[in-house]
Amino acid sequence: MHQKSGFSPASVIILLLLLALTGFLGWAIVSLPIQGASLRTQVLANMEQSGVKNPVTAVLLNFRGYDTLLEITVLFLAVLGVWSLGTVQILDKVQPGGPFLMALMRILLPAMMVTAGYLLWVGAYAPGGAFQAGAILGGAGILLLLTDVRFASAMARWPLRIALTAGVSIFIGVAFGSMILGGRLLEYPRDLAGTLILVIECVAALSIGITLVVLYIGSRPSEADRGVSVKSNGKRKERP
Amino acid sequence: MTWSQWLFDLPLALVLLWLAWRLLSSKDLFKGVVLFIAFGLLMALAWVRLQAVDIALAEAAIGAGVTGALFISALHRMHREQDPDGTEGGEAEQSKE
Amino acid sequence: MSVSVLYSLLGSTLFSLGLYGLAAYAQLLRKILAINIMGSGVFLILVALAYGPGENSPDPVPHAMVLTGLVVAVSATALALALACRVQETTGSAQLPEDESD
Repeated sequence: MHQKSGFSPASVIILLLLLALTGFLGWAIVSLPIQGASLRTQVLANMEQSGVKNPVTAVLLNFRGYDTLLEITVLFLAVLGVWSLGTVQILDKVQPGGPFLMALMRILLPAMMVTAGYLLWVGAYAPGGAFQAGAILGGAGILLLLTDVRFASAMARWPLRIALTAGVSIFIGVAFGSMILGGRLLEYPRDLAGTLILVIECVAALSIGITLVVLYIGSRPSEADRGVSVKSNGKRKERP
Repeated sequence: MTWSQWLFDLPLALVLLWLAWRLLSSKDLFKGVVLFIAFGLLMALAWVRLQAVDIALAEAAIGAGVTGALFISALHRMHREQDPDGTEGGEAEQSKE
Repeated sequence: MSVSVLYSLLGSTLFSLGLYGLAAYAQLLRKILAINIMGSGVFLILVALAYGPGENSPDPVPHAMVLTGLVVAVSATALALALACRVQETTGSAQLPEDESD
């Protein structure tokens, strides 16, 4: 609904100011030097020390690993914020899908798992990495959440919290571990750099996937769901 | 920039701008969210054009996929709150184009 | 006009479009959509300025920053949507009220 459409003076002023802003940004961009400052040469010169062959992954997980650590923490903080707003009964959201959806999921979900694993592994050599793999896992989790009762009830249990915090914990553990071993924060030992990056990426991908599913659920799983266990044939049983 | 590059870049840029304008100004929120998912997928195309393939993968999965699912879920929750008697708010508003 | 300049101008226009959408519409979900468009505009500017055609590969540091920004944007969107649903629950409408006085 247009609240301020039409030619009221306030909207005209806003429009003019925004046109001025666009013009100013455009002028600033056009007047940039043709070959600006770039960190490409420095990154490519230090690639052997980083442990991976993909420059973006090297920058993300080695040269600027601190930013990635804070980014994974921001995901976790978003979960904390969303969970502090209320609870929801997840098991009510699950609906048995139609035959087309179930058939599609039987094909899609294994393909998504394999794609996620491939993206995670190939991130060291080619475009890919933990975030892309985690995002695909998140999508698979959302699909599962909407149709599978066992997955939805597993979201209400305590292992979920371990999965949510595992990514942040491993990253912080590696960061402080490298300090304990004598280096600085997040300074991986040269010969272990590739292995450490792989370990961090694996755990982070799982953590990111679960975090995206939890953000989709939107609220804290309520206590009532925890008292219900679901057997493989879909029957629910109240736990004592 | 050669004319063949212009042939690809200029339509992509214009479609992105047009999509962004339409999704913000559409009367029906559900239509806006669907246009947002399309916007995310076209942004993935732009990332590939700019040789940022990692970002393209992440934008298609996170930007279009997960954000679109979040919006649709929030839309459903909000409309359910607004119409407790069950009529879908999205179908009740006719989009006047 | 090079590829960098074209996509940077596109990014800045998307940013302004998103800013207009943020200011002009009172419905909360539209504001969140507008903020996402602003974010996409900023990311376009960053990556377009890092573009390197053909042999010189693009600058990887802005790529990493944009990847981080994308994930932060989805976290912020999730939190904003949860807050908008909460506003809807407590006050009954997800629209900011019109100013009575001006």
